[in-house]
Amino acid sequence: MIVGLDVGGTHTDVVVLQGREIVSKVKSLTDENNLLQTVCFGVFDAIRGMDPQAIQRVVVSTTLATNAIIQGKTEPVGILVASGPGVNPHAFTIGDHYYVVGGAIDHRGQEIAPINDEEVLEVARKLRSENVRNLALVSKFSIRNPSHELKMRDLLADNFETVTLGHQVSGQLNFARRIATAYLNGAVARISGEFYQAVHGCMEQEGIKIPLEILKADGGTMAQASSAQYAVETILSGPAASVMGTLAFTDPDKEEVVLDIGGTTTDIAIVVNGAPLLKPLGIRMGGYNTLVRALRTVSIGVGGDSWVRLENGDLKVGPERKGRALAYGGPELTPTDALVTLDTVRGGQKQRAIEGIHRLAEQLGKGVEETAKAIVEKSCSLIMEAVNALVNRVNQQPVYTIHELLEDRTIQPSGIIVIGGPAKEIAPWLQAVSGWQTRVPSEYEVANAIGAAIARTTCEVTVLADTSRGYVCAPEEGYLDKIGKEASKQRVVQIAFDLLRKKAHRLGADKNNLEMELLEDSEFNMVQGFYTVGRNIRVRAQIKPGLISPYGEAVV
Amino acid sequence: MKARRKTGLVFFPAFDWAISETHPEREERLLYTQDQVFEEGILDIEGLVELNPELATARDVERVHFCVPDVEAILTESHYIAAGGCKTVAEAVLEGKVDCGFALVRPPGHHAMRSVHGARGFCNINIEAVMVEHIRHTYGVDRVAIVDTDCHHGDGTQNIYWHDPDTLFISLHQDGRTLYPGSGFASEMGGPNALGTTVNIPLPPMTSKEGFLHVLDRVVLPILEEFKPELIINSAGQDNHYSDPITAMNFCAQGYAKLTEKLQPHIAVLEGGYSIEGALPYVNVGIILALAGIDYSWVQEPNYDPEAIRQSDEVTRAIANTCEHVLEQRQQCGLKREQYLAGKEFVQRSKTVFYDTDNIIEEQKETVRVCRECAGVIKIDSYADTGNHLLGICVPRKACGACQKLGSQWFDEGNVKRYDLVCLQDRVLDQYQVKRK
Repeated sequence: MIVGLDVGGTHTDVVVLQGREIVSKVKSLTDENNLLQTVCFGVFDAIRGMDPQAIQRVVVSTTLATNAIIQGKTEPVGILVASGPGVNPHAFTIGDHYYVVGGAIDHRGQEIAPINDEEVLEVARKLRSENVRNLALVSKFSIRNPSHELKMRDLLADNFETVTLGHQVSGQLNFARRIATAYLNGAVARISGEFYQAVHGCMEQEGIKIPLEILKADGGTMAQASSAQYAVETILSGPAASVMGTLAFTDPDKEEVVLDIGGTTTDIAIVVNGAPLLKPLGIRMGGYNTLVRALRTVSIGVGGDSWVRLENGDLKVGPERKGRALAYGGPELTPTDALVTLDTVRGGQKQRAIEGIHRLAEQLGKGVEETAKAIVEKSCSLIMEAVNALVNRVNQQPVYTIHELLEDRTIQPSGIIVIGGPAKEIAPWLQAVSGWQTRVPSEYEVANAIGAAIARTTCEVTVLADTSRGYVCAPEEGYLDKIGKEASKQRVVQIAFDLLRKKAHRLGADKNNLEMELLEDSEFNMVQGFYTVGRNIRVRAQIKPGLISPYGEAVV
Repeated sequence: MKARRKTGLVFFPAFDWAISETHPEREERLLYTQDQVFEEGILDIEGLVELNPELATARDVERVHFCVPDVEAILTESHYIAAGGCKTVAEAVLEGKVDCGFALVRPPGHHAMRSVHGARGFCNINIEAVMVEHIRHTYGVDRVAIVDTDCHHGDGTQNIYWHDPDTLFISLHQDGRTLYPGSGFASEMGGPNALGTTVNIPLPPMTSKEGFLHVLDRVVLPILEEFKPELIINSAGQDNHYSDPITAMNFCAQGYAKLTEKLQPHIAVLEGGYSIEGALPYVNVGIILALAGIDYSWVQEPNYDPEAIRQSDEVTRAIANTCEHVLEQRQQCGLKREQYLAGKEFVQRSKTVFYDTDNIIEEQKETVRVCRECAGVIKIDSYADTGNHLLGICVPRKACGACQKLGSQWFDEGNVKRYDLVCLQDRVLDQYQVKRK
């Protein structure tokens, strides 16, 4: 049996799967002030009467890190930044303890200026006197050569509780994002580590002895043991949970859009041939661009409870929500009221809904039914506008080779999968407005919890070889080796896959279910004067976000 | 961090194209620049917009060039993209989506002249000219200034705009006696109908930041002020850098950023620059930041040593003299023109053009009608040792009735028994006609 749990802003959903069958599902109210209880009681409720020993996997997706960051309930982080030449590093100042120190590495990973031990120790003394317990150490191009971050760690680590190293948060280039990501990681590291340890403790007491897994923003999972080191990766796992829950329903040969329609917002994601699209670099969080791998989702302010009104004679839906629908005792007209009026949704106080629509209809000079239809259609077309905008942005993503530019690989989704509260009722309308085939999975109300339950472990590695300098390295993994002048790209790809396999195993992946793929593989001759002196080879590989066996193999 | 000027960026390193395996114009030329730009997080800065390049069309090219035997034979995909990238940036500027832009594209273009038999100086088509004529055609822009800060004389751009009084071409470059292509002397000031709208400032080897900025303050900016262009284009070659392997100058990243800040071009286009590890990453970051109005004071090469590249007093004096000489020559332009034109109906010039990249020699005779109404119709009789013989006729954009008529007449008279191809570039009608053997 496997258990999946997703904490949402309002509800927490839990499912227990036995094979392909849902043997238990529980929906409860989220208590933001006591997430530990929300999570633990959610799981215990769902497995009531079952044998805890029979549980093979527990995956949780929570709002812990997200809320801490959004609400500013994070811990202070001392951040030391070795910048070297380039953009003024003071432009990246983050938090109250930001220090620019000496030391510089260039784009090929060569040291330009060393770390000044005394300067770094002085900053540390200051941080300690201010009771800062978390440290983030970042140098420019540390993913080419992490020695400065490691040097600072060796000098300082003993005096701090958590240490986040820039080169370990991602293998991607982007100093500004590396700084923000390392900072945010430090800011939630202790909170996250302690929380998941507590969850694990509670589970153990109930007889669930297996290691806990945590859902990340990229729709993959990681082991609880990593929850402090990679804390920031758990932000915004909610939308990822929903998308993963629909993957089993998507058509492996098609490009489709996943819509998760809630009360306040609709989340939009794109699935291409059964794999969700990822953000090019990373998620934006708390006003900062980060390197946190994440599914490419956008959220728009149109949902079942969005505020419907006229503005200058035009029909407006959202983005504000004033409360629940009129039919459910709310203060203002909503799309849900339109659905109630049209008998698409049954339940609630239909009379209140009709009265609301009637008031609007009079202003518009139209009939009640016509007005109700206009509201639903307006909501659907707002959603489709956002879908098309996202598709356009994806298609306009920059490319850097002639081959890619001429190939013009654009996506053109033609199907929609809808989940969330009003999914079933709104699907036919979406189909009519968009002209795209629209489907609703059978367990659309708990797709998020299912997604958490069956998401596979994901990770990424970046390997660089510089054959003129004779080395191959993956700084993120602490890997450095010699490589011959004649080494081929195939050799470097092999190294990348080996490292990826090891990393996935360390993070708790099932070694029989590693769908590895190359994200980037490029190779350049390095010429000095008019002679080729070596090759610069760059390989990035990932475990694709997807479902654990056997869920990924067939449509549920 | 926010850009003070909204800046569009086409970054197209063409990682899958090279002239040849060890040629300076090869795949990884912009690799380390991309690393630096990506690592600095520049593309995340608010107000910096990355744009995907479009492809230029044969029509765009034919507005500028006579390609022999035709456009398809001269261009590879990379040329369509490089010119298209410039168009993309220009369109964003002209449509007000950005305040300024930088086309970081390759291969470069400023050695490509009006008639093209092959590649010279790594250039096949003049990407700036293709862009300028596209925006003139599409947006009705008239007066344009092109300031070429590549270390090599922009002889292609000069050739194309030699007779155009509405295009101010200013080139500062290493003295032609010491570097390819060997032209660009102060006396080269434009054709009879456009004397003074070509300005050349040859600089001695070992010119440093001080010298470049002096030229800018003393000559370039005042002439721009006087010309009042609607649009300033910078052919932003980066081979004046002290570490460039094929030139002898001592410019630096801080200098390039300062120059960009002072010049404030609407559109910058990458030209040459072959110190791909030691210069380009820093120079390009400097230029982008300066364009966008962001603090560039931290941009510096790892091995930057101002003492080692300090300009000698002798160089400083030589530059000051050149500047004064250029300004004096300009003063006399009006008078010279009258003497020059007295009684002439046509002015002719002949020259030999060597295509170093493709090893082709072209013998060319250019005839322009002396005209006080317009830029004057041009006829180019061009024979290359490939065996191709071209007669190209260019009726300029704002041609007078007489010039346009003469252009048609020349085209009709063009004998396809004598020429392999006869082309008429009629910019008034925006037409390109070809007759072949």
